[in-house]
Amino acid sequence: MFRKAQYQAILEETIRNTLKAKCVGIAGAGGLGSNCAVALARIGIGKLIIADFDVVSVGNLNRQYYFLDQVGMYKVDALKENIRRIDPAVLVEVHNIRLDPDAMVRIFVACDVLVEAFDLAEMKQMIAETAAIHFPGKPLVMGLGMAGWGNSNDMRVTYQENLIICGDGISEISNDMPPLAPRVGICANMQANETINYLLIE
Amino acid sequence: MNITLNNNLESFDEARMTVLDLLRIKNFTFKMLVVKINGNLVRKEDYDSTFISDSDHVTVLHLISGG
Repeated sequence: MFRKAQYQAILEETIRNTLKAKCVGIAGAGGLGSNCAVALARIGIGKLIIADFDVVSVGNLNRQYYFLDQVGMYKVDALKENIRRIDPAVLVEVHNIRLDPDAMVRIFVACDVLVEAFDLAEMKQMIAETAAIHFPGKPLVMGLGMAGWGNSNDMRVTYQENLIICGDGISEISNDMPPLAPRVGICANMQANETINYLLIE
Repeated sequence: MNITLNNNLESFDEARMTVLDLLRIKNFTFKMLVVKINGNLVRKEDYDSTFISDSDHVTVLHLISGG
């Protein structure tokens, strides 16, 4: 038993030391971005670069990693504070900005992995196109299809060149299909899981 | 011709086809797409002038809102 515990401690230390040297960019700090960032922070990622323009609203609290007393704060400021409370050693660089292709290239150029965490399809298209042109060798971990509830087994990962796509690929947000914490959380944590899988293998 | 479409091998009767042809044949009518041929982005305005060749790797990503 002692040996097993010792092995586990060494493994965890190795994982932590590897991730400590890595930087992950997160484009969007909503349901996907806030939960993905927190998962990465908990396991000791070295640096997060997070960009979003929005403020926390009451409606966000059904899935996003914010608290009632943070309503009205800029999401990037609230998320930075929440990560600091989990692990102050994680460096968090925030950009309170509505991302366009130029800003995306400038802000995320140094990241080892880029996580797409937008809500709108138009923005997802923009980051996929921008990454294809400017970051052909950088993994882009996307979230596609996580609305509604149930169908947990439909959540999957597909790999296409530099794209790592998490989600069921079909469940779009609509009046009948709201984004809810459990399934958005599955997707966000799949994105975090794929991110560290790449970083630990690389 | 035979191409790899979204990681799957697919055969088409056409000897020549553009990206737009492919989207029509596959009935990909989605509004938000990202198309790549062998890793190179094909912009929407070039769908009807960009030809797909035998053994190309084609990615058609269908983007939907949510996050």
